[in-house]
Formats: sequence, structure tokens, C-alpha cells
Amino acid sequence: MLNAIVKPAQPSMYRYDEFDSQFVHQRVDQFAGQVARRLSGELTEDQFKPLRLMNGLYLQLHAYMLRIAVPYGTLSSRQMRRLAHIARTYDKDFGHFTTRTNLQFNWIKLVDVPNILRELAEVEMHCIQTSGNCVRNITTDQFAGATDEEIEDPRPLAEILRQWSSLHPEFVFLARKFKIAVGACEKDRAAMLYHDMAVQIVKNEEGRVGYKVMAGGGMGRTPYIAHVMSEFVEREDILAYLEAVLRVYNQDSRRDNIHKQRIKILVNTIGPEEMRRRVAREFEELKRMGTLQLPQDELDRITAYFAAPKFETGLSDAIPDAGPDFANWVQTNVHKHKAPGYAIATITLKTPGQVPGDATADQMDTIADLMDQFSLGEVRVSHEQNLVLPHVRKQDLPAIYAKLKELDFASPNAGLITDIIACPGLDYCDLANARSIPIAQQLAKRFEDLERQHEIGELKIKISGCINACGHHHAGHIGILGVDKKGVEFYQLVLGGSGAEDASIGEIMGPGFGEHEIGDAVERVVDVYLKARRPGERFLDTYRRIGMAPFKDAAYEKEAA
Amino acid sequence: MLTANRLRDGDVLYRKGDGWVLTLAEGDIYPDQASADAALAAATAEVPRNEFVAPYLFEVRDVNGKIVPVKEREIIRAAGPTVHPHTGKQAGQFHA
Repeated sequence: MLNAIVKPAQPSMYRYDEFDSQFVHQRVDQFAGQVARRLSGELTEDQFKPLRLMNGLYLQLHAYMLRIAVPYGTLSSRQMRRLAHIARTYDKDFGHFTTRTNLQFNWIKLVDVPNILRELAEVEMHCIQTSGNCVRNITTDQFAGATDEEIEDPRPLAEILRQWSSLHPEFVFLARKFKIAVGACEKDRAAMLYHDMAVQIVKNEEGRVGYKVMAGGGMGRTPYIAHVMSEFVEREDILAYLEAVLRVYNQDSRRDNIHKQRIKILVNTIGPEEMRRRVAREFEELKRMGTLQLPQDELDRITAYFAAPKFETGLSDAIPDAGPDFANWVQTNVHKHKAPGYAIATITLKTPGQVPGDATADQMDTIADLMDQFSLGEVRVSHEQNLVLPHVRKQDLPAIYAKLKELDFASPNAGLITDIIACPGLDYCDLANARSIPIAQQLAKRFEDLERQHEIGELKIKISGCINACGHHHAGHIGILGVDKKGVEFYQLVLGGSGAEDASIGEIMGPGFGEHEIGDAVERVVDVYLKARRPGERFLDTYRRIGMAPFKDAAYEKEAA
Repeated sequence: MLTANRLRDGDVLYRKGDGWVLTLAEGDIYPDQASADAALAAATAEVPRNEFVAPYLFEVRDVNGKIVPVKEREIIRAAGPTVHPHTGKQAGQFHA
């Protein structure tokens, strides 16, 4: 715990009204009854499985896994402390932040789940929309409400979409899961174009704020970049337009082959033009009915929850000098804030050797203290499995850094080669073919030298343990896909992907490398980049300029020798 | 060998005789397909008792006198996550 006495701050985030609270508590009671019926044998596993999945509960290799929703990645310090408590009481003292900005516990007992859900409901949390064929937890830019790059805070719209989709009777049993991201600036920090549907807040030529809607993106075994459905949807029409997209998907998607049931398959089978035509037809019908207009007063009511905090004025806009290690951390992990004297600080859960995205109960508690003392009680979870303190005074950065050092979370590597995304992989996941985490650890240790990391510059490695791509390997500048060859793990390299505003799908290099070969192969690929790059080029830029061949030749060179 | 997960907590189980044990080393090894299929059929018939879920067979081999699963997946299920050696059966963590 920090020495200073800190009153929990009230962050700018949505707070449950009576309806939300009642709804979540009713769901807890309902699921508690279902668990009891399963344990008594009244429900078979086949009957119970869809019910537990609707409540974020999976059966994995070693135990049950509970996935807790963190809507649009925003957590209060009170919620963070409750997660720490659950880790300590019901799990093995740690949790895992995911690429969907959720938190997973890997050692949960079925008999404990009702109590855990009750404890979550007390702090306005739940596991709804974290699994099953529904609209999943909605994600956004982790800098939302803090960056000066955005048109407006995207979280009010994300919250409205959460409410719209949570209980929507038409969308409870979709053909497959449906992932939505919301953004509000040109810079894409939420991998928006890899989503089933993405909404970008934009201004039209007249300066009016509205929404650009994209659909049909996705990862998995058939990756696609989303297509634009509409360049500009008026504010009051957004729910009707998104409902039109979902309705076309729900009506027209295949349901006979699990691998072909995502909206990306529909859009790319009928073509984006035909999809736009069908959506436009549904949209006109919904508009004609006039039942789905988003009232301005409702938008205002939700937006008020996210009102910008009262930032102090008159603060120095300079970052204090606190030594070279601190300066390195500032260089990579501190970003510009919209308020003078403030900054956004990224806590990478990626100190080389750590499990990407893992945090212990004690670490969570200390981060909650940091949130209260330095960031107005708020933290964000990013899809890159990091945490972000969105509103910190620049003068407090040295103190924050010192505390993060104690936590072993002060690695100055945000956006660098050791800031690796990795899914849980075969260490936990029932679907995985190969382990992801040990490969991430191995690579992070190999490239640990900070000077070398800076020499390499921005390079995003993303690792998945199977084709489902929870580790976003298609979107990695260097992606790694774990495969199973007769019970042995192999790793394919995928180059040239991007999950940012310049989104692209990585290209598979060729046959996989063994667990002990993949590190050398990545090193040879990085060496090609360092030799071939032109001034100012990132790895991705060089790859796009020179193509796969030189990287492939180098990667397999030593293997062939 | 035959394995399943326990219903109430998800812990990994191995078939031994007509019951289950918590460690691979204690489980029965079926020398041929017929005996393995018979064990699976017996376990499947017990599924309605709601004590375990999803029984299935997996292959093992003898490595210097030690029985080891052929597939990495079963090696990890038998021991625990390779990245957290303080958790799972490798750390002596068995539920009663």
C-alpha cells in the first residue's frame, strides 16, 4: 500500500442505475440456480454449456476459466481492488488481462462461481457478453477521454451500444460472436478494422459530428479487413444503422458451418456493395418505423457520466528530471494528454520474462492505489494487454515510475519489440495447439537490451496458440502462429500485418519452426530489417517496400544449413 | 489412458479401476484398444452421475520407465501450466 492516505476518487465512468443493478443481480441469481441444477444433475453438460458460456464461464485444461467483462476497458480503483480480492480468494493469486480488454481467472471452481458473480455485481461488474454467440464486450481506444487527437470521447457511444446490445432479443442467439469497437480519431489504437463492426466518430464536410461504420473485419482462420458500410451516419440514426447491419447479418449469415458464420464471411461472399445495399434497405425500414432514434437527451445523460474530470490549472507542463531510466520510460510509455500539465501513462505488463497481461493480486491492489493517488481513480485496459493511467499530472510521473519499479511493471517498452501480445495458448486453453506465452517470454528476454529495442524501434510481435487468433497474429508486424504437428509444437511466422489505421493482414512465411528455432528465426528477420531499412522506416514499412523474399531467405537460411 | 475433468471444480482426473484419481502416475494404462474402448464406454455410462465431464482417451508412452503422454496438451494437463510452475499438479495442488 502507498504511504499517503488516499481517498478513492470518483472516476468519469458509467455508474449503474437501478435497472442495471437489478438486471445484473437477477442474472447472478439466475445463473446460481443453473449451477445448482447442473450440480444436482437436473441439467446435463450439453444443456448447461450454453448457459455457462453466456456467463463467461469456460472449462479449460486445468479448471474453469471465468472471463470478466471490462466494458470499453475502463476500470475504477474499487473494481480493481475487487478483482484483486477475487484473485486472492477464489483463484491462485493472479489474473490475466486479455486482448478483448477483459480479465480472465484461470483456476475457478464451478461451485464458487455464484459467489464470485455476486461479489462482482457489488462493484458493477459481470461476465455477460464475454462469451457465446452474442455482441461481445465493446472495446475502444485506451486513451479515450484523455488524448487530444479525438473528436470526442468514444465511451458514451460504447456505453450506449453496450446497453442496446445487452438485452436485445434479436441478437441473443447470433450465428456467431460479434465484436464491436468504437474509436474517435484517425489513430487506431483498438484494431478497429479487424472487428465484425467498427464505429468511428467523424466530422462531415459541414463540421457535423456523426459516425463512419465499417463491417466484415475479423481474425481467426479467415482474416479480413472491414469494409466501409457508410462514410457518415447521423447521430440520431446510429442505433438504427447498426441494428440494420446486425439484422442483415442475423438473417443472411450461414448457420451450417461454424467456420463460415461470422459476418466477415457474409460480407466477403456477397461483396461489400451488396452488403451495403442490404443494410441500406434495412436501415430505411428501421428509420421509417422511427423506433430506434437515439434521443439527444439520452445521449446527453450517458455522456454526462463521462464528463472530463476537473483538471487542475496552472500546472507546469514540464516532466521532471528523474534520471536516465525514468527518461527512457517517459520516452516510450508516456503520451500527450489533452490538458496542460497532464500526461497519459502506459503500464506495460510485459517486463521481459513476465507472462504478458498477468498481474498478481498484490500488483492489482497497488495499481488501484496508484489510480486513486495519481489518476483520478481510473485505469484503462488496452487490447495490447497493458494498463493505462489516463489522467496523471506530469509532476507525479517520477513517483508513479518509482512505484511501478517496485511492482516490476516499469519496463520502458510500450510499442517496442518486447511489448508482445500473447494469448494464453496451450498452457491453459482447451482450443490451443501450441503454447504462446513461453515464446513471448523467450523473445522478450532475447531482445531485452533496451538500446537494441530502441534501435529496432516500433515492432509489434503478436502470438497466437491456434488459428482462432486470440493473440492477433494476423495483425502483428511479426505474427507467430502455433501449430501442432503430430503432438509437437511448431511456430509459423507471419509478416507484415497491422492492427492500426494502416491495417493489413500478415502473410504466412512458410513451414513452422520448432520451439527452440523460432527465436533465432525472428532474430534473422529483424536483422534483415536493420540492414535494409531506410531512414525513418519502421519494420512494417521496410517489409511493405521489399516484400517477403529477403526475410524468408534469411529465416530459413540457418535451418537449411 | 482415460481422462476427464471433475464437474465441481474442473480438476483433471485419470481413470483408475471404476473410479478416478488426480495424478497421471496413478491412472490405469490400457494395453490395447479394446480395453481402452471398454473403459471409455464404462465412464461414458457414468456421465449422468454428474461427477465428471467429457471423458476421453489419450496416448502415452514409456520414456525411460516413466509414463508420459504423447501429446504436449496432455503433458500440460497432467502437470500444470509450464509458465507458472507454482500452480497445478506439478506444485502438488490437488483438490480434495
